[in-house]
This record gives sequence, C-alpha cells and structure tokens, in this order.
Amino acid sequence: MNFLIIVTVSVVLISFFLDREKTFTGLKKGLGMFVNILPELLNILILVSVVLYLIPQSMLIRWLGRDSGMTGISIAALTGSISLIPGFIAYPLAAILLKSGVSYGVLAVFITTLMMVGIVTLPLEAKYYGLKTALLRNGLSFLGALIIGILVGVFM
Amino acid sequence: MKKILSKISLGEYIFIVLFGLVLVISRAFHLSFVSPIARSFWMFFAEMVTFLPLMFILIGIIDVWAPKEKVERHIGKGSGFKGILWMIMLAMFQAGPLYGAFPVTYLLWKKGCSIRNIFIYLGAFSTMKLPMLTFEIGFLGLKFSLLRTLFTLPVFIVISLIMEKYLHKKHFEIKQP
Repeated sequence: MNFLIIVTVSVVLISFFLDREKTFTGLKKGLGMFVNILPELLNILILVSVVLYLIPQSMLIRWLGRDSGMTGISIAALTGSISLIPGFIAYPLAAILLKSGVSYGVLAVFITTLMMVGIVTLPLEAKYYGLKTALLRNGLSFLGALIIGILVGVFM
Repeated sequence: MKKILSKISLGEYIFIVLFGLVLVISRAFHLSFVSPIARSFWMFFAEMVTFLPLMFILIGIIDVWAPKEKVERHIGKGSGFKGILWMIMLAMFQAGPLYGAFPVTYLLWKKGCSIRNIFIYLGAFSTMKLPMLTFEIGFLGLKFSLLRTLFTLPVFIVISLIMEKYLHKKHFEIKQP
C-alpha cells in the first residue's frame, strides 16, 4: 500500500515536471476509468460479501485452498475459461479470495484461463480466424494456462 | 450526475440500491445475519477505494507516456527475435478485453504481419498488458506477477509457433466480420 502511494506520487510528480498537459490528460483518463468501473466493482463486492457469508471458510479452503489439489485447479480452470471478467475486477476479487483462504495456485489458474481462454467469445473469434483456428488457439491456451497456474502455485 | 442517474435507470446500480436498502432495513429491525455481510462489504470497499484510484492514476500516466507511435513504426520490420519483441511491446501498451484485439490483428494481417506474430500479439495482449500488470502487482504482489509473466512468455511463444506450423500450409486469413 505504502509502496503504491510512493510509486504513484513520484510518477505523477515526475510526469508533471516533464509535461503538465500530458499529466492532466493522464490523471483525467485514469480517474475516468475508475468512475467507469465503480458500479461493476460495487456489484462484485456485494456479491462476494454475500457469497463468502453463505459459504463457510472451511469449505472454501477445502475446495480451493492449498491442499485442494486437482479439484481446486479444475474449478478454477472451468470458471476462468467460461467467465468474462475484466482484469480491473478480477484482480481485486482474487485478492479478496486469497485472504479468504484460496491458494495462489488456484488463483493463478483462474487468472490465466480467464485471460487466455474465452469460451463465450469463441463464436466471435471464429468469425475472425475460422472455427478450427479459434478452437486450436483456445485449446492450446487452456493447456498452457494450466501449466502456468500449476507452476506459479508450486513456486509461490 | 446526469450520467449516474442514467446508469441507475439502466439497472447498473440496482443491486447497490437494493443492498443499501437491506442495510437500512436490517438496522431498523435488528436483523443480525446482515451485519457480517455488511462488515465484510465495508472492509473490501475501504480497501478498494484507497487502492484503485491510485492504480488508475498510475495507469493513466503510463498510458499518456507510452511511446506507442514509435513501437508501431517498428511493426513488420525485423523478423525473428526482434520482431517478436516489438510485437510484445505493442501488445503491452494496449488495454481492454481480448475480443478487442481481434480487429487489431485484422489490421496487422492486412499490413503483412506474419501468422506467428499475430498469435504472439494475441498472447501478449491477453497476458502482459501494462494496466493489467499494474493491477496484478498491486493486488497479488510482485513475486506472483513476475512468476506468472515468466512462465507465460515461453508458453504463448510456443503456442504461436504451433499455430504457425499448423496454419502454414492452410489458406489462413483473418476476416473482418
């Protein structure tokens, strides 16, 4: 947190000394993005608060915790491949889940499949590249995401 | 204000309004099961409103200083390792969801970008965008982000090589639907 404040303040100051106008454009752009995601973020925070209340922490740890093994990874890979959540929402969500007992490995699989595999957008992707190509890219990405997630989990 | 009002009518705020109502009602009628939900919500909320504006400011500043034109000039030039490097740089300066990258690859394809580099771009776009890395480091830590990026890089390069090998002899083209 302190690190983030220091980095942001120094970057803004340096930018301001170099070019005032550019800095204002950047500030406006950044804060505009924040305002734009605010409703979606609040909705997710409400949803997570309710879901975490309904699911006991012991269960969350059993299914998605450090010792959840293939179960945790499978759940993460499926949810990640199917859902279409922007990174701006996915990372805060991941941080909350981490604090609730979900392991780094499970989160890494979720994040990588979320980023690289898109089942919902597959029809659109097929329109650009053809169905076979889109399927192959998603299939390879799914495998790759699993490997990445498992490796991150091992090294964290 | 007008924008916010129009968003309420669009339903984006409907859960938020409902949640607020539930909080008020539960206070009035002493419904105890709501308070742990409210407590975790405020805890998450407090963290997000302190973290997020800072991150978005950082992203905004990075965005205005990113040398996009300079990178774009190098696209298509230089094959092999250098070509891959420029492609990754180009992808890192972008923002938005993966399906937003499809139309961009159509333009790159028209400009004569190779099959391999098209998929390098998609790989880097989905996993290494600067705004995303900022969020990743902020929320899951530098170690997580470094490890994830380190393992992702060879994976999407291998995927691109496989895609190139597979599509090489086929009549691959990118269409604009």
